[in-house]
Amino acid sequence: MKNLKEYVPPSFIVERDDYRCIRCKACVEQCSFGATFYDEDEDRVWNWNAKCVGCNRCAAICPTEAITIKRSAPTYRYNHNWNTHIDGLKKRAIFGGTPVVSMGNDKPYPIYWDHMLLNASQVTNPSIDPLREPMELKTFLGRKPAKIEVSDDGLKTRLAPQLELEVPIMFAAMSYGALSYNVIEALGRAAKYMGTYYNSGEGGLNKDHYKFKGNIIVQVASGRFGVHKDYLDVGSAIEIKIGQGAKPGIGGHLPGEKVSETISETRMMPKGSDALSPAPHHDVYSIEDLRQLIFALKEATEYKKPVAVKIAAVHNVAAIASGIARAGADIIVIDGFKGGTGASPQVIRDNIGLPLEIALAVVDERLRSEGIRQDVSIVASGGIRNSMDVVKAIALGADAVYIGTAALIAIGCTMCQQCHTGKCAWGISTQDPHLSKRVNPDIASKRLINLLEVWALEIKETMGAMGINSIESLRGNRLNLRGVGLNEKELEILGILPAGE
Amino acid sequence: MKVVKIKEDNCVYCHLCEVACIVEHSQSKDIIKAFKREERPIARCSVEFNYPVSLSVMCRHCDDAPCMEACQNGSMHRDERGYVVVNPDTCVGCWMCIMACPYGVIKRDTRREVWGLSTKCDLCPDREIPACVEACPNEALTFEEL
Ligand code: SF4
Ligand code: SF4
Ligand code: SF4
Ligand code: SF4
Ligand code: SF4
Repeated sequence: MKNLKEYVPPSFIVERDDYRCIRCKACVEQCSFGATFYDEDEDRVWNWNAKCVGCNRCAAICPTEAITIKRSAPTYRYNHNWNTHIDGLKKRAIFGGTPVVSMGNDKPYPIYWDHMLLNASQVTNPSIDPLREPMELKTFLGRKPAKIEVSDDGLKTRLAPQLELEVPIMFAAMSYGALSYNVIEALGRAAKYMGTYYNSGEGGLNKDHYKFKGNIIVQVASGRFGVHKDYLDVGSAIEIKIGQGAKPGIGGHLPGEKVSETISETRMMPKGSDALSPAPHHDVYSIEDLRQLIFALKEATEYKKPVAVKIAAVHNVAAIASGIARAGADIIVIDGFKGGTGASPQVIRDNIGLPLEIALAVVDERLRSEGIRQDVSIVASGGIRNSMDVVKAIALGADAVYIGTAALIAIGCTMCQQCHTGKCAWGISTQDPHLSKRVNPDIASKRLINLLEVWALEIKETMGAMGINSIESLRGNRLNLRGVGLNEKELEILGILPAGE
Repeated sequence: MKVVKIKEDNCVYCHLCEVACIVEHSQSKDIIKAFKREERPIARCSVEFNYPVSLSVMCRHCDDAPCMEACQNGSMHRDERGYVVVNPDTCVGCWMCIMACPYGVIKRDTRREVWGLSTKCDLCPDREIPACVEACPNEALTFEEL
């Protein structure tokens, strides 16, 4: 029976061609949201449309293509001002709580990547054919010396520890807990194969995944879940998470349903209890405190590993980044507001933070003008969708990027935004052992590798078109960017010329 | 000899292997016709489930096949490929093979009148890759050298 008290019109309509349906019931089993069921008396497969989240798992699995998922048009009388708010108001009134959502901000804010165009070489600076000429994508992250001194016995300057990446793309922090074991396994295998890194997120590290040593960045977040000596030792770098693009100023929240036996072991916390990491680190209330934490971690790892600090892109981000660089961080990660999340209050996800493009441009500019750009590497994160976003990010000043959502989509995610429910029908953001089997690490890691290989090729081709043969020469090379459809102030902040100039 | 390797860690309990097996052993080899118009063959693999474990089981084509041992008239035999198959023309439906098979993967083909016949995985003689293996969306079934 429908519950009148909780009624909101369905967002999706599941249509089934009854002639084509062979009653194999594959769709029934695959729908983890209970939207599909088989009626034995009628010998028919039906749907509760209101429960459908549009994950498309059933449509993908149906062997006869009998299923079509349709977006249902809003059934309320059209009202531009109120339409998108009616359900939100009702939900708050019914449940008495703020809705928690997952994945990134889905509001139609400007996407600056799509307002930036890349340059191409013509007569005077010829293009380069990446199939015939070497193209260098190798990237080193970490503090670089202002100048290098060489004596007769070689290099005199002591280099700070560096992360060596074969491609300037890493897998962003996504915890074991938010994601299933098999996804972490796939990320680890792909990172290893591609000579890059995946980030443990704040969930600690399952002992099984210590085998990826050499390709892991370990995170230290405010909850300190799973942080211990061995954990720090396995990481090639340590990332202190201060903020996250999807929920700046908010701590982490892993719902208790996702805290299974192994998660509880890895996180060093009781099974079934919510994993709440506080909004602030309770030992960091100033840049000086942050400096202490950075050096405590460096001390604990004998100054052998770069320490990164991840912040959300927020107002005044340039000044914050400058402080972080001065506090001794080797890498600054800037996470834009399109970054994904396993669970965040909707109001935060949708209204707080800044676009990555803007934040990246102002941080790079500020660090350059202060003469400290070489002290830190910048990693851009939060909503990187394709290889050209990577190229534009690097031209805007990033050393490398993190991808999170894009990696999940490569594995199968359909952006249904239900990660917080723990029922991910694609087996990605779930700890239900029956659902998490749906990701086969053999297949998933191959797909991630394909994705990175194709992106690397596309980046090389684009660099060739620009007449650039090394990613080093692209970094911060804003002359290769032109803005279209941007106002003067936006161009000024991005530090790029308008198209035509 | 290649057999269907079952990886229970990857089985997503979709039953598509059963569907594929039915289609493969149908007259038309067309999924809609096989299910709606024809006398539907029975699947020679079946997906077992006990949350969270699920796996598809079908004949293991044993080296020392107990079903062949048990068959009194040689209907259960090894074909030229080396796989254990039933000769439907001589099988009398005594079900001794069903009793002997330690994996319980021989089924009674109840469509046949009077006695019925043994039905089991024949490893899809018309195909290079067995139908169930090809249909598995998560590579839980693979066709590999043992
Ligand atoms: S599987 Fe996904 S798309 Fe299909 S009915 Fe269930 S929720 Fe809707
Ligand atoms: S998966 Fe397709 S054919 Fe099978 S029951 Fe569902 S709608 Fe019918
Ligand atoms: S990870 Fe799963 S639940 Fe989350 S958006 Fe993707 S498909 Fe949906
Ligand atoms: S039917 Fe059973 S006994 Fe005979 S070969 Fe197959 S698994 Fe072995
Ligand atoms: S190998 Fe062929 S006959 Fe055997 S279970 Fe699979 S589809 Fe059926």
